[in-house]
Amino acid sequence: MTWAKKLLRVNLSKGTCTSEPLNMEWAKKYLGQRGLATKYFVSEVDPKVDPLSADNKLIFATGPLTGTMASTGGRYSVITKGPLTGAIACSNSGGYWGAELKMAGWDMIIFEGKSAKPVYLNIQNDKAELLDAADLWGKTTWVTEETLKKKHQDPLMRVSSIGRAGETGALFACVVNDLHRAAGRSGVGTVMGSKNLKAITVRGTIGVSGIKDPKAFMAATKAAKKVLADNAVTGQGLPKFGTQVLMNVINEIGAMPTRNHKDIQFEGAKDISAEAMHAPRKTDGKPNLVNNQACFGCTIACGRISKIDETHYTVVNKPEYWGASGGLEYEAAWALGSANGVNDLEALTYANFICNEDAFDPISFGATVGAVMELYEMGVLTKEQLGIEAPFGSAKALTFFAEQVARGEGFGKEIGMGSKRLTAKYGHPNLSMSVKGQEFPAYDGRGIQGMGLAYATSNRGACHLRGYTVASEVLGIPVKTDPLVTEGKAGLVKAFQDATAAFDSSGTCIFTTFAWTLQDLSPQLAAACEGDWSVENLGVVGERIWNMERQFNNAAGFTEKDDTLPERLLKEPAKTGPAKGLVSGLDKMLPEYYQLRGWDTGGKPTAETQARLGL
Amino acid sequence: MQKSLHIDPAKCTGCLQCEMACSYENYGTFNTAKSRIKVFDFHHTGRKVPYTCTQCDEAWCMHACPVEAIKVDKSTGAKVVIDDVCVGCKVCTISCPFGTVNYVQDTGKVQKCDLCGGDPACADACPTGAITYVDADWTGLERMKQWAAKLDNAPKAG
Ligand code: SF4
Ligand code: SF4
Ligand code: SF4
Repeated sequence: MTWAKKLLRVNLSKGTCTSEPLNMEWAKKYLGQRGLATKYFVSEVDPKVDPLSADNKLIFATGPLTGTMASTGGRYSVITKGPLTGAIACSNSGGYWGAELKMAGWDMIIFEGKSAKPVYLNIQNDKAELLDAADLWGKTTWVTEETLKKKHQDPLMRVSSIGRAGETGALFACVVNDLHRAAGRSGVGTVMGSKNLKAITVRGTIGVSGIKDPKAFMAATKAAKKVLADNAVTGQGLPKFGTQVLMNVINEIGAMPTRNHKDIQFEGAKDISAEAMHAPRKTDGKPNLVNNQACFGCTIACGRISKIDETHYTVVNKPEYWGASGGLEYEAAWALGSANGVNDLEALTYANFICNEDAFDPISFGATVGAVMELYEMGVLTKEQLGIEAPFGSAKALTFFAEQVARGEGFGKEIGMGSKRLTAKYGHPNLSMSVKGQEFPAYDGRGIQGMGLAYATSNRGACHLRGYTVASEVLGIPVKTDPLVTEGKAGLVKAFQDATAAFDSSGTCIFTTFAWTLQDLSPQLAAACEGDWSVENLGVVGERIWNMERQFNNAAGFTEKDDTLPERLLKEPAKTGPAKGLVSGLDKMLPEYYQLRGWDTGGKPTAETQARLGL
Repeated sequence: MQKSLHIDPAKCTGCLQCEMACSYENYGTFNTAKSRIKVFDFHHTGRKVPYTCTQCDEAWCMHACPVEAIKVDKSTGAKVVIDDVCVGCKVCTISCPFGTVNYVQDTGKVQKCDLCGGDPACADACPTGAITYVDADWTGLERMKQWAAKLDNAPKAG
């Protein structure tokens, strides 16, 4: 079986690292990564814990397919209680770090307590030690990775770290590995910073073995790769255009939140789209996009590698930003662009570099800037407070704020609190475009009705990666549904949420599900691991994970009242596009959703549901 | 007809499927640390370059080996390390100008690409066509074709 069957427990207060056998009973019920780590988390942590206290824990977890030849088998997740939301947080990252951890012989790392001084964890196969990070504190993730590789004289080691945003307490700081892959949302990097943990370096030369049926595994992974290659989205669209393939599509169907969700179509979308990234620039004749890059094991390769125009105002005389690095994905392009009405592709790329360099979530950051710009236009926030004029559409304000959040300086400190706290502080809480304190991603719940319900019920606050009904409502995967109606969306959202929880627990990437269903995942898992990994059971595993997360949130103090959307989406009709005149029909979908979930009207899993799922 | 691994770095995405296939083929585990092909990520330029042994005719490694542990596989032309003979002295690793023969701590022997006996696992696993196994006399064929196509499209000669 492809679990390493071993976890590393690191007590930061005591400075100890201990190896524990993986609970295999739990592995059979919760699979790995998101599911299994959350099981450990909810079993060990009080739901009422202050996310930034020593009592909160932080788990880095791989799945059973991480580090194998299954396509996209390089993923890991970071699980904790999120400081942005106060709900369960689970952020997923690609790159190479997760596979390296697995190849070093570990399924997961559980961090507990808090170190008295900055440290980093160094793992070399079964050897793990905490080392002094005093010289790394105050450094970006880019400098941190370079410094550590030099110090250990090991160019092959993989590094996952926080930047200055996580050190200075921005509530949406993330964990960045391999320079530009991120466990991005809900402030998992803030928790890492609160524990004085700067980085985790890993070198693994043990490898992943013990596949249950190697022949069947090679055949199943090969067949599944063919499915990805033959699919128009995963075989052509994503490699060529990245997730940015969506920019023009979503704008056309009128579901592109624009200027803090005041509009749902952005006139500048074409300037910041995938096509724009491919087009030669007027200034230097080169395109923004250099090429695409895969994460470990991925045969899709959606990742963007970009270069900023050296003459652009953001990087003049700053050669450190002239090289190629992680370019814009759709969510980032939207949040840094449309959400603020900014259509300067190079400025967005720069802001994105800064988000990677100092490790903070471009979605929550960009969306919070959107709220700031609205408050500025209303006259609530002034140039004196902000340090810059900040009307919608100002690229200069966007990049200025990015630098300030990165360093934890000036008004960047306030933006770092996220839109919920910021808008409340300035007397306009209804201008925070968030659910449970976490900002929306790039789809408007008026133009894609199912997404409204998916956001309202997402266990980690507003998020597109917990139930991506866009696939069905816009792209027709697996079947086309009408984005403008509420009928049938409760069932659709539930199905997507459960399947996603299974994928997120396997070690593979959710983007495979543009082509794969559980039918494709099941044979790969079944050949790799002992246990029942039939399609039916994987559905149950996913549902079990969903309900476990829900129970944690309920115990943390969330109720049915938190399964809602900002007033703007419920009361202000869409102004243009196919959804013109529509608001979100959340009230029509939510009761049915609770019913389908087997929850009472308070949003709690009934005793019967708990028993059915073995919770 | 002899065949060669043909590498086209422009197509490489850095997925490391090739490294896993190589380690699996030779050691039965997914372990990039044991791969004979290495993919280098030149982050600053965005280039990814897969690199492995080119099977020199007058192979430095083979000539340098004091115990004749590196032999030619007649069917493929690969220079193959005979594990039973290799004493792990590492002289070959010094002599190879390209660094493609390397010591393995676990086994106490060196390893290098042996073309998988004529059915290269890396080429089979590569999803992008960055590694192919082609007629050894015509590794330039694709590139010639690309340039030829450009000529064809040129509006005017000279
Ligand atoms: S699809 Fe994209 S994000 Fe997912 S593993 Fe592949 S390259 Fe990474
Ligand atoms: S041909 Fe075989 S031994 Fe050589 S690099 Fe490829 S997989 Fe490894
Ligand atoms: S399998 Fe192909 S695309 Fe992937 S890293 Fe190797 S050479 Fe590059």
